[in-house]
Amino acid sequence: MISPTPPGTRDVLPDEMRELRAISERLRGVFEDAGYGEVWTPTMEYEEVLARGDERAAGAGYRVFDDQGGVLVLRSDMTIPIARLVATRYPDAAGPIRLCYFAHSYRAVERGSGHSREFLQAGVELIGAPAPEGDAEVIALVIAALSEAGLKRHRIGVGDGSLYRILLASFDVPEAERLPLLEALSRRDLVGLEARVERLGLPAPARELLVELPTLRGGPEVLDRADGPVAGAVENLRACHELLAEWGIADRVIFDLGLVRELGYYTGAVFEVYDPAVGFAIGGGGRYDDLVARFGRALPACGVALDLERVHMAGTEEERLDERR
Amino acid sequence: MSAGERLRIAVPRGSLFPGTLDLLERLGLDVGAVRANERRLLFDESGIVTMRPSDVPTYVEHGAADIGITGKDVLLEQSGREVYELVDLRYGECRMIVAAREGDDAMGESLRRLGTVRIATKYPRIAARHFADTGRQAEIVEVKGSVELAPLTGLAEAIVDLTASGRTLAENRLTEREEIAVCTARLIANPVAHKLKAAAIDALAERTREAT
Repeated sequence: MISPTPPGTRDVLPDEMRELRAISERLRGVFEDAGYGEVWTPTMEYEEVLARGDERAAGAGYRVFDDQGGVLVLRSDMTIPIARLVATRYPDAAGPIRLCYFAHSYRAVERGSGHSREFLQAGVELIGAPAPEGDAEVIALVIAALSEAGLKRHRIGVGDGSLYRILLASFDVPEAERLPLLEALSRRDLVGLEARVERLGLPAPARELLVELPTLRGGPEVLDRADGPVAGAVENLRACHELLAEWGIADRVIFDLGLVRELGYYTGAVFEVYDPAVGFAIGGGGRYDDLVARFGRALPACGVALDLERVHMAGTEEERLDERR
Repeated sequence: MSAGERLRIAVPRGSLFPGTLDLLERLGLDVGAVRANERRLLFDESGIVTMRPSDVPTYVEHGAADIGITGKDVLLEQSGREVYELVDLRYGECRMIVAAREGDDAMGESLRRLGTVRIATKYPRIAARHFADTGRQAEIVEVKGSVELAPLTGLAEAIVDLTASGRTLAENRLTEREEIAVCTARLIANPVAHKLKAAAIDALAERTREAT
């Protein structure tokens, strides 16, 4: 008799569990040492509450009715629940609040895509610290935590989700054209993006910047190439770079001006974490200065979530490559 | 590869194969071994892996290949794949169309009297999206082989398929009714490789733009 688990979910047996546990203990140690206290929030939340943070409840895939007729969702990220937690449990606390979590989240996936419905995240949220210091602190913390967890070649992509919107607004691109352009960017369809930009009939410098910006990625020199209307907006990234350079970890950062994240609550810097051993990003995050206010406290904030299973995958793959050498 | 890091390239077998090898040759890759070996799949010396065109996005999304070449039809059908679409390579042009039997209007008749139309296709998502976008109800029947057979046998009233010359349609007495998209070969990249091997990928993309 076969008793299956739902697609995209799985059992974890002791060998793997020991390794996952070892990784999370190391990450937790680094987070705790930096003053990030661990929290738990409910796996299920009221849909109307999560929808305050993001109208699609961050893309939550599973809903149930409870005995009172309330709609509950299985959370699809930890950032919105933590924004809720901070606004309600720390209504008066001053100064930056530093929290970390190790928890499962849930999302709908296409069958056969190889993605997980239930995934284990390790993350940090720094609430009450503005950019650029807050951004740099979180970036540095994630880099240090992954090194402690055994990775050697991990990098963090840092961009700003507002750059392209600023460009579109400054070139007076008609409203109706903006969404398709942003969607093409988010789908990583640079061919479609270029074709749409060509059709706008803009002067050459504007056209070139709209086509080129999503391909600008690399060291701090790419920030110099983002001139014109976005020069101001990249100032924050530059300030962030200066801090990371002071701390000696700037070479771990890839500035990526085309980086966009799907979630709607990001307001500034966005992050993606990579390891060359894994073809997917192993984590991501960003700055969400408006989100906590939607739950009642106006606090700037940013955070990063790591996909623990992918971090594990990267670690085992790096080990394998080291053995081959 | 000139820009330091080596890239693994997913190359589609099938109708895009000759054009792709010609392009890679113009870029300076040694494709002699690929041309000479029908059955071998992995050519480590040149960084080439060969596969069905519809598998290219899968290998590239998972990072098993850094970059790949495949048709826009494949990318439209697998639109959820997280890959960068970098360059329109312009060769391998064909069109995604709706075709039906010559002579009558089985599709219109079915929509009018039954409220829906049966569409046979190897591209269920493109077909479903096209009919949804044009406000018509359609029942998509997925087939794996020669789609042209479906309207002739009554499996479906119309088909959604790729056509280059239109000859197969004509031979089966089908005519084109609507064009959905023009499809050419595209250069795609894995999102992580796009960041971590940026110099090599940009250099290759630049040279393909010059070569096409």
